[in-house]
Amino acid sequence: MSSTMDAFTVLAISCGAFFFVAGTIGLLRFPDVPTRLHALTKADNLGLGLVALGLLPQVAGPLAALKLIIVWLFALISGAIVTQLIVRAVR
Amino acid sequence: MAAAFDIGLIVLLVGIGAWMIVVRDVVVATIIFVVFGLLMAIAWVRLSAVDVALTEAAIGSGITGTLLLGAAARLKGADAGGTRLSFPITVVAAVLCAMISASLAAVALLLTYPAPTLAPMAMQNLDQTGLGNPVAAVLFAYRALDTLLEKVVLLLALVGVWSLAPDRAWRGVPSLDTTVPPSDILAFFAQILPPFGIVFAIYMTWTGASNPGGAFQGGTVLAVMWLLVMMAGVMRAPSISNVWLRWLLVAGPALFLIVGFTGVFIADGFLAYPPAYAKALIVAVEAALAVSIAATLGLLAAGPPERMQQK
Repeated sequence: MSSTMDAFTVLAISCGAFFFVAGTIGLLRFPDVPTRLHALTKADNLGLGLVALGLLPQVAGPLAALKLIIVWLFALISGAIVTQLIVRAVR
Repeated sequence: MAAAFDIGLIVLLVGIGAWMIVVRDVVVATIIFVVFGLLMAIAWVRLSAVDVALTEAAIGSGITGTLLLGAAARLKGADAGGTRLSFPITVVAAVLCAMISASLAAVALLLTYPAPTLAPMAMQNLDQTGLGNPVAAVLFAYRALDTLLEKVVLLLALVGVWSLAPDRAWRGVPSLDTTVPPSDILAFFAQILPPFGIVFAIYMTWTGASNPGGAFQGGTVLAVMWLLVMMAGVMRAPSISNVWLRWLLVAGPALFLIVGFTGVFIADGFLAYPPAYAKALIVAVEAALAVSIAATLGLLAAGPPERMQQK
């Protein structure tokens, strides 16, 4: 059972890391601010979500799992809003 | 594996530190400074100093970054480039900086191993304070005088910022951008985040007695929530002559002083606590300090008053 969970963790975190790498490449290579932000938010939202999801089977209890999910939700909210503000500032 | 992570972190810190000094643009340097602070926070976590990490992230990176960005915006109008120093002065400055760096490196490298530490004594006497977090015990019991003076310095810094106000705006309001329409996304953000932020700040202050956290970190989170609602125009910036505001500013240091002097009569001396009430007194002082720190930091970042309040 635990080895299945470990395999799930490795898989999910690897996928998350892939999105972070892809987002970083996009941030460095894309030509202007909106496309760069597009790359960045994909990395932050999906990448962090997958990392949090992968860590869920490893935590001690439901409270710790809830904290992980809340961290991800706050990252989603702040990412979405800060992106809007940055785009408006450069336009 | 952990060693590889630590070495990578140190290389990154040194590299970013160097970049921060080399870069010419003040705003870019400030942004690098914020990133540097966040990486420093990770380094403190790696050293198991979670209290320091929280402070570094909240104050070293967050509020200081905001203050520096505000300063950079103010400098934009002025001649930010400044006068170029003459060659001899540059050389003297470089030599002095190199000497300081070398002395610091020497001190760090020549330390006996294991380094001298007061940690066992701090743990031994922890029971007398009723606290569970040795860092809180250092801040509010062993070295309470330092903490008290620190808070007074913070107030003095605010007086310094206020003294930059032009005469016509004295007793006025700090000028934050309040032209945001109510339907704006920033206003939305300023309405959904503060409830969570306030609960988190209270928790952080409360749990500081037995876990990492405390008045400074909690107060900073509170200050940031306040700044957010002011910047989004959800709440107006207060006039600095507001009596309530001034009471909030001095409440923490004042209560700390009162408790300190009470210690002369009911305990062993100034800033000493009777063991039976130590924890209750410390938590009360921390709560008052958190409010005062929030007000002080918020007003520091808001800047000097610039116009009179519109009625």
